[in-house]
Amino acid sequence: MNAVVDTDPIVQEEKHPARKTFSYNPNKVAHNLDKLGLGYFSPIARLIGNDEPAKQIREILENTFLPLMAFAVFVAVWWISSFYVVSDSTKIPSPDETWRAWGGMVEFAQAEKLKEVEYYKANEERALSMEQKAADAAAGGDATKAERYTGLAEKFRTKIYQGATTFFDQIWISLITIVVGFSCSTLLGVPIGILCGVSKKINIALNPLIQLFKPVSPLAWFPIVFVFTTWGIEQPPSTSIWQRALWTSAGVVTLCSIWPTLINTAVAVASIDKDFLNVAKVLKMGWFQKIWKIILPSALPLIFTGLRLSIGVGWMVLVASDMMAQNQGLGKFVWDMYQNGDTQSTAQIIIAVFFIGAIGFLLDRIMLVCQRLVTFEEQNI
Amino acid sequence: MDSYFETYNLTKVYKTPNGDAVIVKGFDLKIKKGEFVCVIGHSGCGKSTVLSMVAGLSEVSDGAVILDGKEIDGAGPDRGVVFQSPCLLPWLTTWDNVMIGVKQVYYHATKEEREQIVEYYLAAVGLSEAKDKRPGELSGGMRQRVGLARAFALSPKMLLLDEPFGMLDKLTKFELQQVLLDLWNRERLTAMMITHDVDEAIYLADRIVMMTSGPAATIGSILEITFPRPRDRKEIMTTDQYYDYREFLMNFLEEKDSEIKEAA
Repeated sequence: MNAVVDTDPIVQEEKHPARKTFSYNPNKVAHNLDKLGLGYFSPIARLIGNDEPAKQIREILENTFLPLMAFAVFVAVWWISSFYVVSDSTKIPSPDETWRAWGGMVEFAQAEKLKEVEYYKANEERALSMEQKAADAAAGGDATKAERYTGLAEKFRTKIYQGATTFFDQIWISLITIVVGFSCSTLLGVPIGILCGVSKKINIALNPLIQLFKPVSPLAWFPIVFVFTTWGIEQPPSTSIWQRALWTSAGVVTLCSIWPTLINTAVAVASIDKDFLNVAKVLKMGWFQKIWKIILPSALPLIFTGLRLSIGVGWMVLVASDMMAQNQGLGKFVWDMYQNGDTQSTAQIIIAVFFIGAIGFLLDRIMLVCQRLVTFEEQNI
Repeated sequence: MDSYFETYNLTKVYKTPNGDAVIVKGFDLKIKKGEFVCVIGHSGCGKSTVLSMVAGLSEVSDGAVILDGKEIDGAGPDRGVVFQSPCLLPWLTTWDNVMIGVKQVYYHATKEEREQIVEYYLAAVGLSEAKDKRPGELSGGMRQRVGLARAFALSPKMLLLDEPFGMLDKLTKFELQQVLLDLWNRERLTAMMITHDVDEAIYLADRIVMMTSGPAATIGSILEITFPRPRDRKEIMTTDQYYDYREFLMNFLEEKDSEIKEAA
């Protein structure tokens, strides 16, 4: 029967093109965009698929112009306040002053980059000439001289540029600090949370400590973390990015951001569906296997909710702890500009505020996507 | 009688502030190897309590459960359980949901052997096509098919079914009863099934155990179903015998019903 169908040319023609044509499913694309936190683009995806175009266009316009209008109102209020909020020593910079300050920051960073490139180029040239001299000396039979020149060449080549820190370097340092702090809080928070969720006794034991330390401000943690890092971490050379201040700052981030992860993990593990545990019992799973195969996967969505909260708290705390620890991050930038006190510095602080907000938003989005990827159908967030 | 499975004075008592609540008392049942027994009774009478004690998921207050000459102690894969809600792990695919049990039981087998087992049982319940789907994408009937495949794939000594089709519509229920019987006919596992559906019990069982209503529920009466196997639903429904069985069971349940009302 099948053979007849397959050799029939008419049926084949009908069957195969339909199967091979690429079909664009606007709903599916839109759904996936939503899942990736790019919900703004899902009406566009639907519009491409010609799915209720009038409705999609209205949605796109709304999603674009309503936020733009709100932003315009915000800039207007800012602009007006720049005329009135003026004291003898300082004032609110206007939007265009801020914009110019931003231009200055970019220019400064480019100039620094150029200096750095030139510095390395000049040193490379020097190293090459030393090597040339070394070769000449070696050809002349003077081995000690040749050795000295080679050593000099090596010295020029390994010299590290120590220019001024730019705004973008500081963003980079802040990102490294948050990654270190957040990783530590995850690596500590998830296992402790699992223990609290699995064992009621451990939960009873740790709960008072958790409740006690959860509301403590980063500013209060800082001196204590500082003692620990001073004791435990040797100050590296100033060219290294792994400064003691970075560890201190990351430690404060860990202490402040660990709680949502820990508590959410504990709740997720404690409230696991009894049916799933029955499956583990029927299959006679060992303790470790039960955690790894049943408890952890079922708790993952809630754990990620905790991680998302944690990274938000961590990023907020980071600016303060950078200020205290004098870690070369965004907090340090804000502090230094504040010390300058002139209008242009205030304008640069406003730029930093926008960057802090944007990066925080980005981090939250990344976590949201992770959270959605580990969430199974029945538990849509 | 040569019994493979036996409960002896099986009793379940919950301690409450107002004294002991006796749910099940003195439940004595013997099942031969390869026999299919259905337990029916009113909802809340303690049927499921009996099954979860046999499964080892609920502690035995008094008495014992003996399977294949050994007293059971806790849950284990020698008793494949099919729950009312299929209890699939929602983050695993159909295939992995069956595989997780097979891996546990056939830990000495090769990867290919395990894959063959999973494939065989998924095909037997008609789910070869849906093996990469997650439970969220499956209908209620398909999920319970996975539940059946998972229980059978463990090659248990005994199959325990706790109202497995209770949440399905009538048509799906018929389909799944057929799937269950087909699988059971191949392997002839000793089975104990809890149900409150009289027709289901007659169609599937060799013997039907009727439980009295709680508190202190126990076995009220036992009915032997003598239809030859393999059975055909339509065929047995044309016999007078079928309606005699049905009447007997309904009478028993109605009697219990009026007893409950009188007591209240």
